[in-house]
Amino acid sequence: MEPVLRVEQLTKIYRKGSFGKTHSEVTAVRDLSFCLMRGECLGLIGESGSGKSTAAKLITLLTDATEGRILLDGEDITGWRGKKLRQAYRKMQMVFQSPADSFDPRRTLGDGIGESLLNSGTRRAQAKEEIKKLLVMCGLSEEFAEKYPHEVSGGQCQRAAIARAIAIRPEVLICDEATSALDVTVQKEIIALLNRLRWEQGANLSILFICHDIALVQQFCDRVIVMYHGQIVEQGTPDEVIRDPKDEYTQRLINSIL
Amino acid sequence: MKETSAASKTPIPVRIQKIRRDTTKVRLIVFGILAGMLIVCSIFSKYLCPYDPYLQDLSIAKAPPGPGHLFGTDRYGRDMLSRVIIGSRTSIFSTLLLVAIITVTGTAIGVICGWHGKKLDTVLMRISDIFLAFPGLVFALAVAGVLGGGLHNAIIALAAISWPKYARIARSQTLAQKETVYLQAAVLSGSSTVKIIFRHLIPNIIGPILVTSMLDIGTMMMELAGLSFLGLGAKPPMAEWGSMMSDSRSMMATLPWITFAPGFAIFLSVMIFNLLGDTIRDYADPRMRGR
Ligand SMILES: Nc1ncnc2c1ncn2[C@@H]1O[C@H](COP(=O)(O)OP(=O)(O)O)[C@@H](O)[C@H]1O
Ligand SMILES: [Mg+2]
Repeated sequence: MEPVLRVEQLTKIYRKGSFGKTHSEVTAVRDLSFCLMRGECLGLIGESGSGKSTAAKLITLLTDATEGRILLDGEDITGWRGKKLRQAYRKMQMVFQSPADSFDPRRTLGDGIGESLLNSGTRRAQAKEEIKKLLVMCGLSEEFAEKYPHEVSGGQCQRAAIARAIAIRPEVLICDEATSALDVTVQKEIIALLNRLRWEQGANLSILFICHDIALVQQFCDRVIVMYHGQIVEQGTPDEVIRDPKDEYTQRLINSIL
Repeated sequence: MKETSAASKTPIPVRIQKIRRDTTKVRLIVFGILAGMLIVCSIFSKYLCPYDPYLQDLSIAKAPPGPGHLFGTDRYGRDMLSRVIIGSRTSIFSTLLLVAIITVTGTAIGVICGWHGKKLDTVLMRISDIFLAFPGLVFALAVAGVLGGGLHNAIIALAAISWPKYARIARSQTLAQKETVYLQAAVLSGSSTVKIIFRHLIPNIIGPILVTSMLDIGTMMMELAGLSFLGLGAKPPMAEWGSMMSDSRSMMATLPWITFAPGFAIFLSVMIFNLLGDTIRDYADPRMRGR
């Protein structure tokens, strides 16, 4: 199988300072390299502060990497800007941790879902139909298109966020703690939805599932990467990693949960 | 989620919230209509004047208020009511124009600074600091002095000292919104920066800015009238409330109605626009909104 997303030696150093002097440095991600295969679901776990969100932001080019390369579909997208970058976003989408904050409070959910469709040249009337279809596909009714983010529950909002992310049929879906802000029953529903999407899309959808819950990753992912202090400390299938953790940190992480 | 955290800081009982919101709505409608009437009057002022405001008729000069001339006449026999009405066009219109100019420029500069950051931000903000550091009316006096009198120059002078306030608000609001998740989501949706700024950012920051500009209408009207009063704004015979007051001040003891008429007009419009501004501020408070 070929990789759809390939990350090579990504490093991100946050520098704080003024007048050209650096006062403090935080290395949020160091030498991160991995591949996401076509149709695969790759888990990325690690305690909070281990650099998972930074990794997601680097991959989606929301922040610039200090070093390293990102290859999407074989193309080096590192440092892309403007129109080119917007083209890349047609292949790569993201679901954020806090669903309510990820929609513009002054616009309807339908507007949010339709934005990428309209930006990629879909006609307004057609986009409207598509939005309804997407909502139904994600387990919501068509009326949700007219609702505002503060009018729906967290779970419903996250469903809409997933609908938005899959609207333009991306090849790569990055879920940054997409279920962490939700309560356990809703979490299960969202996982079920993601599972259904994976099943329907087959090899057309690859997921990078960022999470700090090792049990959830075990249920959902084909492979898992463990991060600690911005570095990969272990990788393998979830069962391998959980049954026989090689790294000391992973052992602690697992022991703290089980 | 934001709403609950904001409400938990200073809890306002739901019932009181609702009552306040209802009265706010009523006030909004009432003051909105009053302000609207003022603006409409100023637009159609030409047709509302009972007499020609510029026609001099010395035979009826200095007539006190009476049934024929409600506000009396001035020393040239011009009808004061008509002059006040026609003066509304200059006073209200130039005020609205001034406020629109400073709102748009200030917001644009603030958004650019907040969004772009870096050197451009530093430079523009230092410039705005310079303007902020001057005592407002003194600077306006200096500018009007250098450029010469006249309504246009008065507007330019006041605009020059008033935009930084808007730039400050817009900048801090932009900085607060810049890192929000929904803007990142919009970036991922493939929207261009311009589109993101106009579609998502500005609608989310414009509330406090509009409130400020509503409250500024009253202030600016006073300052324009003040400059005109000092002879640096509208020039006689052009009917403008400030210059009309200035014109008549020497006769205040003998012909008090000449001063009273434009003074009352300024008082009334400033009050209406200030009350409207206050109401809009209450209405825009997120805790007052029906969520
Ligand atoms: N914008 C930023 N500026 C400075 N430091 C940051 C920034 N974002 C994240 N960090 C730091 O990078 C590290 C990793 O953060 P993050 O990627 O959010 O971790 P995680 O998502 O795994 O909880 C943390 O130590 C955090 O303080
Ligand atoms: Mg995180």
